[in-house]
Amino acid sequence: MIASLSLILLCQLAGEVFVRGVALPIPGPVIGLMLLLVLLLARDRFKILARGPLQQDGVENASRGLLAHLSLLFVPAGVGVVQKLDLIAEHGIAIIVILAVSVVVTLLVTVATFRLASRLMTRNGSAP
Amino acid sequence: MSANPLSLWVYLSQSPLLWLTVTLLVYAIADAVSLATHRHALANPVLHSIWIIGVFLLLTGTSYTTYFGGAQFVHFLLGPATVALAVPLYENRKTVLAAMLPMLVALVAGSVTAVISIVLLAEVAGLPRAVVLSLAPKSVTAGVAMGISESLHADPSLTAVAVVLTGIMGAIIVTPLMNRMRITDFRARGFAVGIAAHGIGTARAFQVDAVAGAFAGIAMSLNALVTSLLVPLAVTLLVR
Repeated sequence: MIASLSLILLCQLAGEVFVRGVALPIPGPVIGLMLLLVLLLARDRFKILARGPLQQDGVENASRGLLAHLSLLFVPAGVGVVQKLDLIAEHGIAIIVILAVSVVVTLLVTVATFRLASRLMTRNGSAP
Repeated sequence: MSANPLSLWVYLSQSPLLWLTVTLLVYAIADAVSLATHRHALANPVLHSIWIIGVFLLLTGTSYTTYFGGAQFVHFLLGPATVALAVPLYENRKTVLAAMLPMLVALVAGSVTAVISIVLLAEVAGLPRAVVLSLAPKSVTAGVAMGISESLHADPSLTAVAVVLTGIMGAIIVTPLMNRMRITDFRARGFAVGIAAHGIGTARAFQVDAVAGAFAGIAMSLNALVTSLLVPLAVTLLVR
């Protein structure tokens, strides 16, 4: 468990170091994600890597544990709304309405594009 | 004697222990209620935890800085949780690889829509420039969005609130909306909520369907990449 958490933190740390080193406008944890993915894929290819947290579902279980309560992690940032009460009083309704419209439009555009592209692909794929 | 409870409160209200406990306890109760209502969309545990803790802070006159002293331990885990998304991605790699093309097309369409729609709507609503900039990255996960906001010299704490509000709305709206639209492809449903509503949407997707959850996780991490590049560009082009 500790080794698995260390591996996750190590990936994030490497991601942060890389992002700052190369001055990329990408968040460090996203690079960490790719790094962990590459490690998991490499482990299946090269048996020598299958040790420590990379064996017996070590890092997998730790990750599942973290993701099981993903929404809890947003609570502290969300409570920050108490600092913004004057702004909410002034523009709250407008902000909530435009956020809601933007969310619905984004959901519809994304799902429609996904379905359309996937339908086009299977049609091309099944053609002789 | 009557000074004792007060001095205990003065001590505890400044300690991280109390606020960490409050955060976990309120969330545990909100989550139990959500489970008891069979994960009804309106029983969203994040939404209810936030207003309950918020009211508690206002009633006790506690500053957000003091609260965050305890809650930061939870907030910190956002980073490691992003890294952990590699695992559902790895476990669903065959499904993901098979849907690579639709994913990439939907990623571009969705990220662009999320940023452009909010900037245009905010401009039309006549919101101040600082608010428009702070709202722009609202569809990516909190840590990333706050970073983007900082680099735009906007207000990262307002961005965090917009991010969480967006996530809650997406998580509440997605299931009824997709059912109404008769979308039964859980890859597409998950991907859409991951793009529009990041981690809170992803948490919702995992509650509904494992494949939807995996696709939401992928969408959320890819969107973090694209939006970091897109927001500075969109802001230069669209904000007066």
